[in-house]
Amino acid sequence: MHDASALAARAVSKRYGPVVALDHVTLEVRRGECVALIGESGSGKTTLLRCFNRLTDPDEGQVLVDGADVASGDPIALRRRVGYVPQDGGLLPHWRVRRNAALVPWLHGAADADAKADRALSLVGLDAAAMAGRWPRELSGGQRQRVAVARALAASPDIVLLDEPFGALDALTRADLQGTFRALRRELGLTTLLVTHDLAEAELLADRIAVMHGGRLEQIAAPAELRDAPATDYVRALLARARVRE
Amino acid sequence: MIRRVGALSLAAALVAVLPAAGRPQATGGTPRPVIVASKPFGESYLLAEMFAQLLEARGIAAERRLGLGATEIAFAALRRGAIDVYPEYTGTGLLAILHEHPSADPREVYARVARESRERFGVRWLPPLGFQNTYAIAVRRETADRLHLRTLSDLARVGPTLRAGLTPDFIGRDDGLPGLGRAYGLRFREVRALLAAVKYQALAAGEVDVIDGYSTDGLIVKYDLVVLEDDRAFFPPYEAAPVVAPGLAERRPDVVAALTELSGLLREPAMRGFNRRVEVDGEPVAHVAADALAGLGLTRAAAADGDDKHGRRAGPARAGLLPYLWAERRTLLGLTERHLLLVAVSLLAAIALAVPLGLVLERARRGAEAVIRAVGVLQTIPGIALIAFMIPLLGIGVVPALVALFLYSLYPILRNTYTGVRDAAPDAVGAALALGMTPRQILRHVRLPLAAPLIMAGVRTAAVINVGTATLAAFIGAGGLGDPIASGLALSDTRMILSGALPAAALALVVDAGLGLCERVVRPGG
Repeated sequence: MHDASALAARAVSKRYGPVVALDHVTLEVRRGECVALIGESGSGKTTLLRCFNRLTDPDEGQVLVDGADVASGDPIALRRRVGYVPQDGGLLPHWRVRRNAALVPWLHGAADADAKADRALSLVGLDAAAMAGRWPRELSGGQRQRVAVARALAASPDIVLLDEPFGALDALTRADLQGTFRALRRELGLTTLLVTHDLAEAELLADRIAVMHGGRLEQIAAPAELRDAPATDYVRALLARARVRE
Repeated sequence: MIRRVGALSLAAALVAVLPAAGRPQATGGTPRPVIVASKPFGESYLLAEMFAQLLEARGIAAERRLGLGATEIAFAALRRGAIDVYPEYTGTGLLAILHEHPSADPREVYARVARESRERFGVRWLPPLGFQNTYAIAVRRETADRLHLRTLSDLARVGPTLRAGLTPDFIGRDDGLPGLGRAYGLRFREVRALLAAVKYQALAAGEVDVIDGYSTDGLIVKYDLVVLEDDRAFFPPYEAAPVVAPGLAERRPDVVAALTELSGLLREPAMRGFNRRVEVDGEPVAHVAADALAGLGLTRAAAADGDDKHGRRAGPARAGLLPYLWAERRTLLGLTERHLLLVAVSLLAAIALAVPLGLVLERARRGAEAVIRAVGVLQTIPGIALIAFMIPLLGIGVVPALVALFLYSLYPILRNTYTGVRDAAPDAVGAALALGMTPRQILRHVRLPLAAPLIMAGVRTAAVINVGTATLAAFIGAGGLGDPIASGLALSDTRMILSGALPAAALALVVDAGLGLCERVVRPGG
């Protein structure tokens, strides 16, 4: 049964002082599936994401990656195995594009880290020859975010975690990147967990959408099912708000 | 890498400095040179130079440490045996050192100060040299005439209308302004603390109306000042005498015998004449000292020729500043080297401590601000005070100077390291962690490179402050460009002051520019 799920959270709870960030959350992401975590700030979606690469350790419950309990493994090795794209790109400003993209292969000690970086840059639609020698500050916001995605993919992980990866981009650039990402994840067969506050993005990219509210998982369902049969008042309100915005 | 290089050059520099700084003990073989010191004013220089030349004429090697900070610094150095002898005055010994009240009888004061210094500190007063140099309260002749001033009682009458410029020493001492206030009811409209070197000029220029001086000052004659009579005999007797370090009399009876040859031979009019030659005519101290000893029949004439350090003012007698600097270039180069060494060694040591400490504090966070603030408080201690605190522990010379400069360098480097590393691109640090960099890798490859420009800026600040502060090292005999500044201040020689101050300023600019280049090199991302 574990074979089927790449990521799993079982009754995971996390408190920060009096604030309950996660309240007995259970979630599975199947191999090759893309699940979007959606909810407002403070809903616990980012906290849950960070449990999967141990940037956060839960107080209770179990977190599994590829069927193994992350608590019993080495967090550094886990993080090098799981791709990660933060909202702001998080490129190292004092490293050129190629070195940034080569980070994880370099951490693995790969001799061909630069070649891997170039391949990943091409995957995300960048001209590696032209971009590799540039500094991050010389890139546009969209290019920076592409490099961040390339960096997450360079070591060919099976699993990628994305924390509002396209949130800070303008609408056109965002649409571009969403298209690239959609194609890529199918092509590479990636398992992805995507945090977003944008329902349209979730519907576009995800196989299933997990709605979080106040540290609880309100509903997890395919986009169409979510629209047709919202399970709670909160989900219904969320859908209504999104429709107004559209 | 930077740190390793720093530690290596630090060690190398220390090895280079320490032989000069350490006080070689008399461990058999040839005895170490007798260290002759003075306080930072003309007559003290002159007497110390006479001691040194007399010892040398008797075949005893002497080393000069002239111009030590003030009474507290010189006496503390003597107690500790960091110096062997310096000229002191009985009244000062009783009041400023023993903190006792004097009587008017010179014999009794000498007997008391000699007995108590020996009992309390082991310090020996050799027989008096034969003259007194007591405090003199002086005014311009025009002021004296206009206000009919002849005595200190006259002055007390009009004091509240006058501005006084007094040495910091005098303002604080019991035998200075506070005692004068009690004895005469003397008050001034305003009291300004002025260094000995500037107070005569300030009085002549009308910036102040009253100054304190010494009764044998040559400048009193130069500026045609009126010394007011101490009609209530407030000032205690100030007989000059050599004071020697504990144990010296037993260890080196030859030194004591040689110095005792001077006792009773120096008279006030003669001293005033010698002082005028040094302070007003700008004659080299070594020449005047040699003349004085020869005149007393203690040495043959012209013994001091060729002594380059103390014949410094021999140069082109009254040439302009630039020819003077040119003539002094070799001395100045040596002093600049020493200065640079003081700055470099203290700075490297500060980097070696402050950068790792900044990193540790950034990891710990808790208490970091408190520690950094405590280090910041060091910055507020006046240089000369910090140096004075350290004499009981470290003596005088290069080592305490290095320690003081080191302490002053810590704060800017520590503060910038901590802030730089703490605030280094937080999203880049977060991503590096999420992608599997270890904390050590993050520190080495992300935080430190990103903080490097800020750390370098702290180092630059510390270096420039250090170049300035290192001029104070002269007051504890550590050399450097403060040497000509201190001597020039003591001897009222502007040219000599500038010969230290200008290279020091140039050095600050050069050091800042050089470190600016380093900063460009360490700046990450081209």
